[in-house]
Amino acid sequence: MSLTIGVPREVFPGEKRVATVPDVVAKLIKQGFRVAVEAGAGDGSQIGDDAYRESGAEIVADRAQLWRMADIVFKVRAPTPDEIGLLRESGMLVSFIWPAQNPELLQALAARKATVLAMDSVPRISRAQKLDALSSMANIAGYRAVIEAAHAFGRFFTGSITAAGKVPPAKVFVIGAGVAGLAAIGAASGLGAIVRANDTRPEVADQIKSLGGEFVPVEYEEEGSGVGGYAKVMSEGFQKAQREVFAQQAKDVDIIITTALIPGKPAPKLITGDMVKSMRQGSVIVDLAAEQGGNCELTVPGEIVVRHGVTIIGYEDLPSRLPKQASTLYATNLLRLAEDLVKTKSIEGDRIAIDMQDEVLRGTTVIDKGEVTWPPPPPKLSAAPPAPAGPAKPVVVPPKPKGHGEPGGPMSPGRAVVLFGIGALLFLLIGLSAPASFLGHFTVFVLACFVGYMVVWNVKPSLHTPLMSVTNAVSSIIAIGALVQLAPDLTKISADLSRPNEWIRWLSVGGIALAAINMFGGFAVTQRMLSMFRK
Amino acid sequence: MTRSLVIVAYIAATILFILCLGGLSNQETSRRGNLYGMIGMALAVLATVFGPSVTPAGYPYIVAAMVVGAAIGLYAARIVQMTQMPELVALMHSLVGLAAMLVGYANFIDPTVAATLTPAENTIHEIEMYVGVLIGAITFSGSLIAFGKLSARISGKPVLLPGRHWINLAGLLIVIYFGYRFVNAHGVAEAMLPMFVMTVVALLFGVHMVMAIGGADMPVVVSMLNSYSGWAAAATGFMLSNDLLIVVGALVGSSGAILSYIMCRAMNRKFLAVIAGGFGTDASAPKAAGGAAQPAGEVHSITAAETAEMLRDAKSVIIVPGYGMAVAQAQHTVYEITKTLRERGVNVRFGIHPVAGRMPGHMNVLLAEAKVPYDIVFEMDELNGDFPETDVAMVIGANDIVNPAAQEDPTSPIAGMPVLEVWKAKNSIVMKRSMASGYAGVDNPLFYKDNNRMLFGDAKKMLEEVQTALKAA
Repeated sequence: MSLTIGVPREVFPGEKRVATVPDVVAKLIKQGFRVAVEAGAGDGSQIGDDAYRESGAEIVADRAQLWRMADIVFKVRAPTPDEIGLLRESGMLVSFIWPAQNPELLQALAARKATVLAMDSVPRISRAQKLDALSSMANIAGYRAVIEAAHAFGRFFTGSITAAGKVPPAKVFVIGAGVAGLAAIGAASGLGAIVRANDTRPEVADQIKSLGGEFVPVEYEEEGSGVGGYAKVMSEGFQKAQREVFAQQAKDVDIIITTALIPGKPAPKLITGDMVKSMRQGSVIVDLAAEQGGNCELTVPGEIVVRHGVTIIGYEDLPSRLPKQASTLYATNLLRLAEDLVKTKSIEGDRIAIDMQDEVLRGTTVIDKGEVTWPPPPPKLSAAPPAPAGPAKPVVVPPKPKGHGEPGGPMSPGRAVVLFGIGALLFLLIGLSAPASFLGHFTVFVLACFVGYMVVWNVKPSLHTPLMSVTNAVSSIIAIGALVQLAPDLTKISADLSRPNEWIRWLSVGGIALAAINMFGGFAVTQRMLSMFRK
Repeated sequence: MTRSLVIVAYIAATILFILCLGGLSNQETSRRGNLYGMIGMALAVLATVFGPSVTPAGYPYIVAAMVVGAAIGLYAARIVQMTQMPELVALMHSLVGLAAMLVGYANFIDPTVAATLTPAENTIHEIEMYVGVLIGAITFSGSLIAFGKLSARISGKPVLLPGRHWINLAGLLIVIYFGYRFVNAHGVAEAMLPMFVMTVVALLFGVHMVMAIGGADMPVVVSMLNSYSGWAAAATGFMLSNDLLIVVGALVGSSGAILSYIMCRAMNRKFLAVIAGGFGTDASAPKAAGGAAQPAGEVHSITAAETAEMLRDAKSVIIVPGYGMAVAQAQHTVYEITKTLRERGVNVRFGIHPVAGRMPGHMNVLLAEAKVPYDIVFEMDELNGDFPETDVAMVIGANDIVNPAAQEDPTSPIAGMPVLEVWKAKNSIVMKRSMASGYAGVDNPLFYKDNNRMLFGDAKKMLEEVQTALKAA
């Protein structure tokens, strides 16, 4: 007996999406699920009941029966109170939930001992990208925003010279280069418009360029990357500089598409009434943040309004306006989730027990068997690693430690004791047997070893070859040994000792010559090498 | 010049030498450091020559020897190729070793030295002489062999005599025994035999030791011999009661020792295991392990034109050079490509493994010679985290230092050795002459990875083709 996935028809007014499509149904069945779809669920997305039936789904006409038979419910919108009533006790629900905005909904679901996975809470890590429904929806919203703008805009996007005169290209300014912003940039430049874009996160400049946009920076030293690849709230000074940039752009461009959202906060007001006033007649603003209050002061959420001759589009349901595409992508995201659930053995046979050790599932699960598990622990990794924190924008990378720095940590006490013991014994032996004159030299020797040790640890690895050649040159100091023996003052030595002067002289001359090769050659070659190192 | 003045000059020279080594801690101060070294050396030599230990009778000899030595040294420094630096350094170490031997012998046959010493001091002095010549001889012959191996005059393969550890042990016992006879000998003539036998044994020991060490361990050997040449100078200093020699010898000795340690750590090997010779303590181990973990998969080869295309499409590139680049003298072409790519806005960086090449810092010197700016040359640890965001990692003539087996296969002979994680880049290109394994004799699973491409051929020729293709597009 396998688990049944139930897909009800969306009841939210105007919602045209559906949580599964025939292609995905077939794949879910292959995974070992049974799929039940409410009659007419796909109507809004132009998918007939027959298409579902062909791919193996059971079509259930009665709404209550569908909810009753479903072990797992796949939905798009968060459930209404009615639907919560229909959900089976201890059932499982996968849909958008927005737990931060809907605490009562969370409580109601928890009261039914449900297990709830929120598609809006998928952690933003690379592994989870395949089930990141927010990104797929944002992608659609960005595309649709451009289409809506083109629809409301009275001119071509692309510039051309026609027999009837010259058509200037439309200028589009995109604020926020997240998934939606980037999709908008791509769509607009695909239509031939001149696209400019701004984002508080400087690292997206390359992505903007790669889609054919031009990055408009705000000349202010601050880093805008928050945790998880989202933007964060910026300082007062930055916002002022940003407004100046936007005011300038508003005067110049025909279309503004705003996508600026900060997680868990109302959308920042970036386009003021004055900026709208400064725009040309017939210009268009598409406010993708309308649901969170809008980036433009004059946006009316859910509606199209004309203010100061500028059309301001505040639709909250842009993905739903491209229903077939949105349903397909969302259904695929859900399929990936189902695969993950099977792979992690969160679903095995009839048993459902979410693997809370898995980072993706842990983040997505907001209620586990009636227990609210939201919010999850903070994500560990950002898609792009955040730059080192600091008060100023880290244009200057903090200086890297030079050389090898500390030679490892302190050694273990046991080993240190043994080493010190051996050292002490050696010193004791030397102290007992050696004459004082030797000890003087020995002191110098030991200290010099330590000085060498301290100094050389700081040498950069890239300079190891010059270090060797210079130490090699320095070790030609051995010439001194030959020099002092070559022709010493022999007058004070008693004459009865026969000193083989010739032998000593020639040995010394040989020593000096060899050492001199080293001395001159070593320093010269070191100099040659070092003069090559350049910035 | 009085004796006190000479000592003061020596102290000044010592300080200058310390500043010299300290100056090498970064590129900006390194040239000044080298200058300090020269001044220190000049000061030390002049103070000695004009001090009380040298009479004017010796001046002609000194000048002649100095001029000859200087001429040879400067000539060698001028003509040496940067790729030959390891050989040159090894050869120079041997000169220091030989000089130490000569000085030791000169001191040994001089009866006037012993005449001024008490019996206890005399024993110490004899031991110092004996040890000085011993270290000098090992340094001399060992460095000569290292030179031969590095310049490919001798095969780089380790030569492992049967029972080589016993041979070394026997050599050590002989040296100790003759040391005992040497100290107890009366007069130079009687001591000559032990001294001579010891010298021969030490020379053979040096040869044997370095012969047993494989080519990939050469950075350790070169820095170890660097260390020995310092200890030889220090021993000479003890023998002559000269503090300057002791200090400088100790500085050089500890510097070389630290370098050896760093190199060993970079290869995850024990110093003693390297010195004991061969790769891996058990010669049969690598073969067996290699056979068991034969990497499966297909090798994808690529042409120079395709390489150029991949590089052109990349946003960030990391180049990992190895000994192969040095052999092919390809560093200039590498830089030409780097320049072309950087002009196109590609972020090109270099990743240097600590033991890439045949001596510490070898790759840095080669890249510096080709005028690669040093701020795009990074150490392994600085760069390893960046590979996942890198589009193309290009490996030029390196093998073991990019071998994923070091991390993935615990039975591999190089397991645990830190490596550059090029396989984590989106794509990697390995430039090699053939599929032959590296010095460690370990097959490289990197070559079989799906995102890896092999560009076979001489590194320089291939890179020139890549550059032409890059320029053409």
